Amino acid sequence: MQSILVLLPSLLQGAVVTIEITLISAVLSFFMAFIAGFGRLSKFFIIRMIASIYIEVFRGTSLLVQLFWLYFALPMFGLQLPPMVAGIIALVLNYGAYGAEVVRSAILAVPKGQTEASIALNLSNWQRMRLVILPQALLIMLPTFGNNLIELLKSTSLVSLVTIADLTFKGIELQTTTLQSTTIFSLLLILYFVIAYPLSLGVRWIERRVSVGRM
Amino acid sequence: MWDWNFAISILPKLLQAMLITLSAAICSFLLSVIVGLLFALGRRSKFKPLARTIGGIVEFIRSTPLLVQLFFIFYVLPNYSITLSPFTAGVIGLGLHYSTYLSEVYRSGIDAIPKGQWEAGKALNFSPLQIWFRIILPQAIPPVIPVFGNYLIVMFKDTPLLSAITVVEMMQTAKIIGSESFRYLEPFTIVGVLFFVLSFPSALLVRKLEGRLNKNTRKENMTKDARKEVAINEPTAKFESNSV
Repeated sequence: MQSILVLLPSLLQGAVVTIEITLISAVLSFFMAFIAGFGRLSKFFIIRMIASIYIEVFRGTSLLVQLFWLYFALPMFGLQLPPMVAGIIALVLNYGAYGAEVVRSAILAVPKGQTEASIALNLSNWQRMRLVILPQALLIMLPTFGNNLIELLKSTSLVSLVTIADLTFKGIELQTTTLQSTTIFSLLLILYFVIAYPLSLGVRWIERRVSVGRM
Repeated sequence: MWDWNFAISILPKLLQAMLITLSAAICSFLLSVIVGLLFALGRRSKFKPLARTIGGIVEFIRSTPLLVQLFFIFYVLPNYSITLSPFTAGVIGLGLHYSTYLSEVYRSGIDAIPKGQWEAGKALNFSPLQIWFRIILPQAIPPVIPVFGNYLIVMFKDTPLLSAITVVEMMQTAKIIGSESFRYLEPFTIVGVLFFVLSFPSALLVRKLEGRLNKNTRKENMTKDARKEVAINEPTAKFESNSV
């Protein structure tokens, strides 16, 4: 019990970093998802192509490989990123690619009649997207984005491997100095659970709210 | 910058390490297919404390990072005098983590079985075990197999995490090459390309399988709906074909 009290402050410091990274990457990858998702639905072949390549490459390779590539391989091109920047860019590009598919499929899931109706009402492309399609597509996206957020939170643990002092990093650090591996790694698991579980309850709540009157 | 000679010289080492990556992915997949089924069955148990406990375990494993779970297995179990090789620890961690995802897949398959099938099993005086293994599972599992394929690919992409507990798979080999030669660009790029070359075609294949499966089930439904129509039109059709 006493050892927990000694270990906890340092771990909580790491937990704050973990939450920070999660929030920043979540917001940025949300934008990335929309850019790439719209890119894949673009009228122009080249934009569609670029978006597809980006999505398939980042979904087809491993997040850890992407992270290490950004952190260790980019310096050979003379571009040395600070660990924090490399970590966030890797998370944003990876989860942006997964999110892009969510955006695309949600927009395609809006019934075709809605598009035809807005053309019949003489709405411009932009108005159609903003007033008719997106409000419906967003409802479809929400639960999946929520799940992705939880996945993102868990994936932030990987940034500890490029020396960012997040929750996992603090745990490993304490383990090498105090050797109390049972207590430390149990605490780590519990802390991650404490952060993630309210999120997954929230996602379930949203899912129920969104499906009201639809099931 | 990019040095082709160096890249080609390290390729054999990385390809060899790829075998370890692949065997880790396949071993953990087999483990998670079995444990996932046990989780799914346990969660439906009539004995409530068991169902709740398993539900709690699944929820907990799903909500915590795989990397920390790997550290837990690798560093904590030796304290209780269970010493595992890095590979075994990695396979158990990866397999256990994904078994919780697969148990949800099983669940969706089982939930899709109509209630009448259970009742029919009871009416035929089958034991619960017989109902599960002769009626429910043979119908529940085949439709979800493409989803399993998806998880195999996802699992394959998570194997680099095993390098954190010193399994010498592709990522670890690339790291070792990098630290020996001070060249990280080539090894890490090759690892990325190898992952893509293996996972992208498999993902396309799984998507195709899934699409075909959806089409089949849709056709089945259509014939069910259209059966009456066919039955009504059949005599005339026969008559016409005879006359021709």
